[in-house]
Amino acid sequence: MESRAHRFQANAADSLANPVLQANLRTAKGKFVDKRAIALRELGEADAFEATREAARAVRDSVLGDIDLWLEKFEENAVARGAAVLWARDGAEICRLVAEIGRRHGVAKAVKSKSMLSEEAGLNLALEASGIRPVETDLGEYILQINRNEPPSHIIAPVVHKSLDEVADLFHSVHKTPRKTEIPALTREAREVLREHFLTAEMGISGGNFLIAETGSVALVTNEGNGRMVTTLPRVHVVITGIEKVIPTLEDLCLLMRLLPRSATGQSISNYVSVLTGVKRPDEHDGPEHLYFILVDNGRADVVGSEFRDMLRCIRCGACMNHCPVYQTIGGHAYGWVYPGPMGSVLTPLYTGIENAIDLPQAATLCNQCGVVCPVKIPLPDLLRKLREKQVERNLRPRFERGALKVWAWVARHPTLYGIGARLGVRYLKWLAGGKPSIAVLGTAPEWTKGRDFPAPEGRTFRELYARRRGKP
Amino acid sequence: MTRRADILGRIRAKLNRNPENATAGRAAIEETLAARVQGPRPPVDTEKSALVRRLIEKSLAQSSTVDTVASDAEAPAAVARYLAAQGLPLQAVVWPALAGLDWAGARLAVAARGARDADPVGITGCFCAIAETGTLMLCGAPDTPATVSLLPETHIALVPASRIVAGMEEGFALARTELGQLPRAVNFVSGPSRTGDIEQTIVLGAHGPYRVHLILLAQD
Repeated sequence: MESRAHRFQANAADSLANPVLQANLRTAKGKFVDKRAIALRELGEADAFEATREAARAVRDSVLGDIDLWLEKFEENAVARGAAVLWARDGAEICRLVAEIGRRHGVAKAVKSKSMLSEEAGLNLALEASGIRPVETDLGEYILQINRNEPPSHIIAPVVHKSLDEVADLFHSVHKTPRKTEIPALTREAREVLREHFLTAEMGISGGNFLIAETGSVALVTNEGNGRMVTTLPRVHVVITGIEKVIPTLEDLCLLMRLLPRSATGQSISNYVSVLTGVKRPDEHDGPEHLYFILVDNGRADVVGSEFRDMLRCIRCGACMNHCPVYQTIGGHAYGWVYPGPMGSVLTPLYTGIENAIDLPQAATLCNQCGVVCPVKIPLPDLLRKLREKQVERNLRPRFERGALKVWAWVARHPTLYGIGARLGVRYLKWLAGGKPSIAVLGTAPEWTKGRDFPAPEGRTFRELYARRRGKP
Repeated sequence: MTRRADILGRIRAKLNRNPENATAGRAAIEETLAARVQGPRPPVDTEKSALVRRLIEKSLAQSSTVDTVASDAEAPAAVARYLAAQGLPLQAVVWPALAGLDWAGARLAVAARGARDADPVGITGCFCAIAETGTLMLCGAPDTPATVSLLPETHIALVPASRIVAGMEEGFALARTELGQLPRAVNFVSGPSRTGDIEQTIVLGAHGPYRVHLILLAQD
């Protein structure tokens, strides 16, 4: 998928000015947050979540420290059970490999269970170009696909930005059926359309929530059951997943499954957790005859062992965006690439180039709600701050900002001058406020006060107050 | 250079991999795999009747329904009762593993095979059931095909009380001791299929069953 992250400011302005989107964001707001809080209480005493997520952090970190060796172990065990393990460096290689597999097995149609990697690669368009019809089967992803391949706006709830009315219109115009206004009726309509595809597709494509090294298995988590359909009915199954998704044992899967659904949707467990290993036996009634794993780099290998390595622990629950005041205000599309919210503001610059997503690390209040809820303890605000540092180091900030920082740095090294400047500054700001507690339009930086007020200073600097308290003039 | 060698090569450079720490790392991996350390677990009372109670409570919370009979001999009648109460036809596809029960005696027309699209009801057993979350653990095999719990709109599962375990960990431990290697498909099923994609409103029956009905076999 082509990144539009460089247009963040314009995207965000569009989102703020879109009343339908704003209404839909308000509807969704808080639903995930409240359910998550309730589900976490089931873990036990008040500190149980902390203990569980600390254990999860340790497991993820330990694997990532030896990820090359764990990948070899996974590969060895997957191959022993009859799977083929392929590797892709980028999205173009994913597309080529999947198209090749499709051709080899005479595939005309592929049913897909949610895969963010396939969004990274823009796989659907590539498959269509190769003569293979891709059909998204997650209800949300299906809605987006029939709406001219609209990108998702949330990693767990891809159509969180759409209202029931919009979906009703879409089904009516695309399916040519009488317009339905009840959610169960719309869901049934999609079920019937997609059931036919499940039964006739030759290939199933899925992501992978976890790869289990011990057994060479993929773990797939869904509520709808489409993950099971895609991996049970077609004769070919292709798993597309990032190289960072390996975990050691089935016990580690149990641990992470106590966190993933609770953090994502506030469920104790997702309806379907499938652990899939190898190909079907000749005497079995169902399951694929051919299983392929495509292990994808697409920027991940370079993050291994780097100062951003904590980000690779991510298990894609979406809790960070559900709790992010910025995401809740502008929605997911404004972020411009596959991953929105705080995790996206870290991943997009890392995977598509820091220089191509200059605004994303700035689009955060650093309030650390994301860090507090993260089930694998990713210090998201720290990573955002580090990305900001990188921007400065690489001279990627706007010229005016760089100049202003240089001036400030010089002044800050000259305490007398700094004191005079600060005294003048606060008096000017106090005058500007004109007796009110906040400033509506900041004279020197009107952009800054476009969406917020500036708190008015009281009139004297800290150093003045301190000196007076010490009894000096 | 192959794609694999390129990706692994760059990772190894990042991790300062050398022959010595590779050998040590591989040994550590074998230790980790052998140790199978468990994470912190929520409190679950593992006394037998408590496990049964918890499975029932959590299954209901997952929108499943639950009935209890003494043993598998009574299961066909319980299935017939449930289907009649739901206004569903007395016909079903069952796991071949359950073909030996007296289904005809309960006036049920059953076919022992994998499910097809139009089959209205699927009857399965389970490998075990997990009390912690109200979850069925189903293991695919020729006589326990996965489609039976997936394609029909109604899924009925027979759950022997002796096969109720505390958590997923115990389920996997049973699979290791009884089956050796993991079967191709291990499916954990917790209630009917559902989606919340439209306006975060939960709707049952997305792609899988609309109804999941557990029949507990108290003395089995």
